[in-house]
Amino acid sequence: MSATTALLSRELKLALRSGGGAGLGLAFFLIVVVLVPFGVGPVPELLAKIAPGILWVAALLACLLSLDRLFQTDFEDGTLDILTLSPLPLEALVAIKALAHWLTTGLPLVIAAPVLGLTLNLPETAYLWLVASLVVGTPALSFLGAVGAALTVGIRRGGLLLSLLVLPLYVPTLIFGARVVTSAADGTETQAAFLLLVGLTLFTFAGAPFAAAYALRMHMR
Amino acid sequence: MSLRVENLRCYRAGRLVVSGLSFQVAAGEAVMLRGPNGAGKSTVLRALAGMLQFDGTVELDGVSLAKDRDTVQEKIAYAGHLDAIKPQLTVEENLRFWANLFGGSGFDRAMQDFHLSELADRPAHTCSAGQKRRLGLARLAVSDRPLWLLDEPTVSLDVETTARFAEILRHHCAAGGMALVATHIDLGLDAPREIRMAPIQQADPDHHRHDAFLGEVWE
Repeated sequence: MSATTALLSRELKLALRSGGGAGLGLAFFLIVVVLVPFGVGPVPELLAKIAPGILWVAALLACLLSLDRLFQTDFEDGTLDILTLSPLPLEALVAIKALAHWLTTGLPLVIAAPVLGLTLNLPETAYLWLVASLVVGTPALSFLGAVGAALTVGIRRGGLLLSLLVLPLYVPTLIFGARVVTSAADGTETQAAFLLLVGLTLFTFAGAPFAAAYALRMHMR
Repeated sequence: MSLRVENLRCYRAGRLVVSGLSFQVAAGEAVMLRGPNGAGKSTVLRALAGMLQFDGTVELDGVSLAKDRDTVQEKIAYAGHLDAIKPQLTVEENLRFWANLFGGSGFDRAMQDFHLSELADRPAHTCSAGQKRRLGLARLAVSDRPLWLLDEPTVSLDVETTARFAEILRHHCAAGGMALVATHIDLGLDAPREIRMAPIQQADPDHHRHDAFLGEVWE
């Protein structure tokens, strides 16, 4: 087994075992979206109008929930020290951990979103684009989050600071992601927003591992 | 294969902890780092593992740690105060992960040598401190690295296990490996070389200069 698959399978195992954070984001996502109709009232037209925004905001916050554990537990039990000695460069390590975070947090949201779209009376035309925008957009949330998690790794209870650092970086993804779904619901053109979303995610893939690895190195001085 | 350290100087949280330390470790040699608490033994080990900034020269096989950290780090196995164990995983899963990550052979051998076979299916959080330490040390055996940096490796080990670990260490050195061990006890190796370290009493003058302004304010 190569070092990459060894690390990825360990990350997935840890997230899915008891005490891991895999179910947390999904549960939060379900709760928020299910509660919204109770809060705004059961008006189908109103729900249909706000559905894209609600789904995207809830998905974004759900991604944020388990981020503070990304490096923190490894830092506290000494695993991070040993990982720096491994044959994997720190940048690859960050990318693998972010990928595992997406697989256990982002991917379940993508799968649950269409069902929740139904409860919010999301127009038929928007389902495909909802899934597409979340598939493309949520990995960026995990990778950007890795940068924030790396910056706050040495700080006890750094969750609040992490949110403050990361949320502004999430805004472009949120804007274009929700835009794609809103346009699809309105029956207008979605391509421009979708391509910008793809571009943002690719940019994040390229930059975030390096930024996060640099932040981790600063902590080891 | 040799480790050369010259004029090593390390800071921890801005305080000078180690200054002017020079020594060499040759292939097949286990060298003990000795000194009272706070003498900087752990700091030296962390610096040599590339996890801490330092001044001075550190060369492994003629490759400078400061210049080419990745190359040097790929020859190092480090065991510190923390065992790097995931409590949710079983003993076997923990060790298997490190073996796969480092690509080292000898997984079965390590499970036997460190008497982990009977614990294989136990979740690590149910293990005692000594059992966890054994698992932490077994990582050295599966990582296939020539230089072992060990920080108090025998803490919470019983007498019998300590003796067995000394035996494993001897094996490692006999096969051409090297070890630098910070320890307070006698591991029972045949007259190993010792490096004595003492806590630094007065502040380093160079370092003090940064605080000249504050010093004046205080006065």
